[in-house]
Amino acid sequence: MSWDAFRSPSELAARAEELYRDYRLPAVREWKKTSSGPAVGYMPIYVPRELLHSQGALPVGILGGGDDLEIIRGDAFYQSYICHIPRSTIELGLNGSFDCLDGMLFPAICDVIRNLSGIWRMQFPGKLVRYLDVPQDFDRDLGGAFYRRELEELSRELVAHGGKPYDKEALRRSIATFNENRALVRDLYALRQAEPWRVPTSELYCVLRASLVVPVQESTVLLRRYRLLAGSASDRSPMDQARVVFTGAFCEQPPLGLIKTLERAGCYIVEDDFLQVHRFLRHDIPTDGDPLENLVVAFLEDAIASPTRYIDRDEKGRDLLERVAASGAEGVLFGAPSFCDPALLDQPMVVKALEREGVPWTAFKYSENGGQFQVIREQAGTFADSIKLWSEV
Amino acid sequence: MKDTSQLRQKKMLADHFGRLARTEETGEKSVYTFVPGNLTELILSFDLLPVLPEINALQSGMRGKSREYIAVAERLGHSEDVCTYVKSDIGMMKSGNVGPTGERLPAPSLLLLSYTGCFTFLKWFELLKEEYHCPIVMLHVPYQGDGKITESMRTYVVEQLRRKVIPLMEEVSGRAYDEDRLKEALALSAKAEDDLVWVLESAKNRPSPIDAYFGGVYYIGPMFSAFRGTQGAVDYYQSLRSEIEQRVRERRGPLTPDGELENERYRVVVEGPPNWTSFREFWKMFADEGAVVVASTYTKVGGVYDTGFRHDPEHPLETLADYCMGCYTNLSLPQRVSMLARYVTDYGADGFLINSVKSCNSFSAGQLHILREVENRVGRPGGFIESDLVDPRYFSASNIKNRLESYFQMIEQKRSGGASA
Repeated sequence: MSWDAFRSPSELAARAEELYRDYRLPAVREWKKTSSGPAVGYMPIYVPRELLHSQGALPVGILGGGDDLEIIRGDAFYQSYICHIPRSTIELGLNGSFDCLDGMLFPAICDVIRNLSGIWRMQFPGKLVRYLDVPQDFDRDLGGAFYRRELEELSRELVAHGGKPYDKEALRRSIATFNENRALVRDLYALRQAEPWRVPTSELYCVLRASLVVPVQESTVLLRRYRLLAGSASDRSPMDQARVVFTGAFCEQPPLGLIKTLERAGCYIVEDDFLQVHRFLRHDIPTDGDPLENLVVAFLEDAIASPTRYIDRDEKGRDLLERVAASGAEGVLFGAPSFCDPALLDQPMVVKALEREGVPWTAFKYSENGGQFQVIREQAGTFADSIKLWSEV
Repeated sequence: MKDTSQLRQKKMLADHFGRLARTEETGEKSVYTFVPGNLTELILSFDLLPVLPEINALQSGMRGKSREYIAVAERLGHSEDVCTYVKSDIGMMKSGNVGPTGERLPAPSLLLLSYTGCFTFLKWFELLKEEYHCPIVMLHVPYQGDGKITESMRTYVVEQLRRKVIPLMEEVSGRAYDEDRLKEALALSAKAEDDLVWVLESAKNRPSPIDAYFGGVYYIGPMFSAFRGTQGAVDYYQSLRSEIEQRVRERRGPLTPDGELENERYRVVVEGPPNWTSFREFWKMFADEGAVVVASTYTKVGGVYDTGFRHDPEHPLETLADYCMGCYTNLSLPQRVSMLARYVTDYGADGFLINSVKSCNSFSAGQLHILREVENRVGRPGGFIESDLVDPRYFSASNIKNRLESYFQMIEQKRSGGASA
């Protein structure tokens, strides 16, 4: 894909949307024509993509289906009171969309994703299927030592499924490659915070989501091109919108239509939880020293306060308050997928922190395949109006 | 008329909750912790008293209190979508923290989060941490994603025990870690575990002398709560075993809410926790049909002993680690499928039923797949019903009864060759 050929950010984002909505993963199929390594899907939040890349594997972000995927077999796997992402993911596995994947990683997000790893193992024997049990103890010599052993085991499994043997220098190079990629993402978020009219979230989302289904080098080209086009777009000007943080959408993603609805309702999303793997680590991972240990330490000490992590030391909600302050947000939208335990169990604690600091908030639930946004539009519109009204006072 | 073992258990519980209620006078300290992966022997070795929030929640369900408690939590902003044990517990706490015996529970001196087989436990204790200003320690128990316990997993758990859990228990209790005392308790655990396994496996007899689900939840009570590792638990299980031995000799069926079941018509295996708000009604739906549950997975949630595991006093911390990692909800789905298939075969069951509860993703996510897999393996019919743990809004008696009746009719049809016709 020649991303450099695009001349407008919206056209580029439209192509990115087309790419990520193609559930047959065309870029992965293209990659496999010239590469001998395994393509390995991973569920949302976080996996050590650098390690996969260094062993010649292609990490592929799998974020379920959307509002355009008809669920035929997936619903037979899940009761009505379980979130939507596992049923669309299994649907895509069973309908052959993922037959280009040689494996799947299931990071420790919640019990639903954990159990999906077991279903996957039974449904797709012979593929690399691994539940990535990341530590909830964050001391280097306890959780860190365990996580290192988990990574070493993952490394061996990659080799068993066609990956190259672990190579320290290769991992250093891969860390550098992903550092560059993450820096571009951070830069785009910074631009959106400073000038949200230049970087509509509905565009940024498409670009970032497409970035997860292409090789990292291509993702870097894509991000750089979008940064250039969005940063220099002369036809975009500020509007009187409320600046908000959208939190809760870290696993099952909202339909793109919902993001557009929020923007049309008068919100500039200046901070969010979407596609967290891009920003799960706050800073660059060092490339000197022992690179595997650097991956471990980054996970332990530099990760965001994701609801999937046990918060043992900090106050709950402090991270969100810091994000509100840093992004200059005027309010918070809690948008959680229905039946999402990590998001919904967190919410009362985080709300308490917001209320203590007088930060306005509102909450709603969604499903990745939802198509009716009128109620949310009215809710978000009222919320945005009330913020603008208060800020005038 | 209650059996001796039932009376003994009732007294054990009353004494325990009485001690909890008197902690302000006696100075005894309590530890809030969970059933799966509980460290009862270790807790008791420091003379600390366990409090188990899930047990309190299920007791609230049985006492008809959980509706009100859940409403309190939902008014505080807890979603209707999430675990009702959590909401019942939060609601109980906000309503004065009165426990199952009507006495007030003490605030914890220590929050011991055993993160075993349930993600919600993490959040539950984050919520409790906001309410109680006491030390908190977390034991992360790795999941058996690959269907096995590795040395790496064991080392991780043992090191957390050694370097985090035990030092904090020493600090809170003011006592030094006494490994000999722990070993003595573990030896008692193993004795009681032998008898518990014998009791559960007695259901292989025809007629089964026990109901291993509805009756089973009473049998696991002392083992899964505050008594594992005590002489009291050993005595209880010896007494229970004697009673069941006698029932086997006399070829008597299990006790039900309406007395002894005289005609065992169906033998089934059940997966999933029971509903607690209508426990008796639910049980009667089985008993009225002459259905006996001969094995259940719920009675393994606080420890799987029927595959040979016993607490080993010679390796105290390692055995605690293995115990934690082996609890039922910490098993992978393929392991769960194998266990259910084995139960159906070994216990001569006509089929198996899944009671899928809305609250518990750890159990429920994947159960429809388990249903098909087990059916394929054993060739006997599976049934699926839905309810909840302690939210009475999700117990629809007529729906469940209809489904159960249809299920038992299906078994009849299979017996008479109707299914293959």
